[in-house]
Amino acid sequence: MSAALIVVALLLVAAAGTAVVATGDPARQAITLSAYGIVLSLLFLVLQAPDVALSQIAVGTALVPLMVMLTVRKTKK
Amino acid sequence: MSRRSRTVVFAAGAAVLAAFFALAVAGLPPFGNTDHPYRDLAVAASLRQSTANVVSSLTFDLRGFDTLGEEMILLGSVVGAVALLRPRPDEKEQNRSRTETNQSVALIAYVFLPLTLLLGFDLLVHGHLTPGGGFQGGVVLATGLHLLYLSGGYDALRRLRPLAWYEWVEGFTTAAFAAAGLIGVRNFLPRGVVQQLFSAGTVPILNILVGFAVGAGAVVLLAQFLTQAIALEDKDD
Amino acid sequence: MQIIAYGVAGWLILAGAYGMVRSRNLIHATVCLSVCQSGTYVLLLAIGYQWNAPAPVFSPGSPVKLPVADPVVQSLTFTDIVVSATVTALLLALAIQIDKTHHTLDPDDLQSLKG
Repeated sequence: MSAALIVVALLLVAAAGTAVVATGDPARQAITLSAYGIVLSLLFLVLQAPDVALSQIAVGTALVPLMVMLTVRKTKK
Repeated sequence: MSRRSRTVVFAAGAAVLAAFFALAVAGLPPFGNTDHPYRDLAVAASLRQSTANVVSSLTFDLRGFDTLGEEMILLGSVVGAVALLRPRPDEKEQNRSRTETNQSVALIAYVFLPLTLLLGFDLLVHGHLTPGGGFQGGVVLATGLHLLYLSGGYDALRRLRPLAWYEWVEGFTTAAFAAAGLIGVRNFLPRGVVQQLFSAGTVPILNILVGFAVGAGAVVLLAQFLTQAIALEDKDD
Repeated sequence: MQIIAYGVAGWLILAGAYGMVRSRNLIHATVCLSVCQSGTYVLLLAIGYQWNAPAPVFSPGSPVKLPVADPVVQSLTFTDIVVSATVTALLLALAIQIDKTHHTLDPDDLQSLKG
């Protein structure tokens, strides 16, 4: 895989991770976390780790943001 | 401790950590180099065991005991969440029969429900051949099942998801995996030809066991959060 | 390249930790912890990468081509992801429980956590 692609994916991950931390409201954070999961799994694909990319998609993009959202809904009220 | 002093303490710690991290990374081999001794050993072992997916060979064969520990962490977290999120005596579960689902969302969810479940089983069964395996398949199955919530509402999900069954499946599959680890099961089955469906010995069996354990565990876990967020919503506070 | 790959891993760890320290909400802190942990995924996979090496999966129909990217660190990363999800689940359950008993999720308002 070309070096440029890896650099772009790495910088995207750094930017998305920072965005997740900078999002103060947990309800919005569930969305940015989900997007961060997609960007991370793209990086894993570029780094030739399809197994890890799949589990990151399943866990980091669906399962964990769903739990965060349900927790926010429970605690907001 | 005030926020300001906390931040100062953090900045000091972070600076030290960053310095040591940079020092450690400077000693690492350069990015993308060709020297990976463990890689060479693992790939050779995986091909000896006729496992096409080297990562699943590592997870379920070479690092089988690690995966047993991981399973136990998962079980512990599910049990912990169930214990923490048990409804208190003063919290009553509400009957939420009214469905407030959007028609087009419901239709899309109906279409995707069987597709997602199929994808989950595909990941599970072919874990030793293609990217995927028990963990990914299990999580896809569990999250796919919750499309029911989008299509039929909470009540449909609750009726079509007998939670006790999932608790039993989670318990039994984890116990089976633990028993296999305790009696020291090696990869004893005939290994077959690499890249065939029936190959890799015990790897696909462990894959499917873990898939059911993870899937059932995730369903039980999500059910606790759903009950808290939706069924108990209008009570207390 | 070296600096960017390992630097991003270190950045994620520190950014996640910073988020936890400055957090005003326990759910936010939990999500920051998972960002912190994702730095270790990047570090592990960066160590295992080899230029122009394909993924360590010899899918049916394709010839076995060596060398491949390091599968050992990929397997470790994979375990890491699952453990991170279970820890997050448990911490979120604790956050719900804290909200029920103390009616707040701001760590500064929790008297019992004051040192």
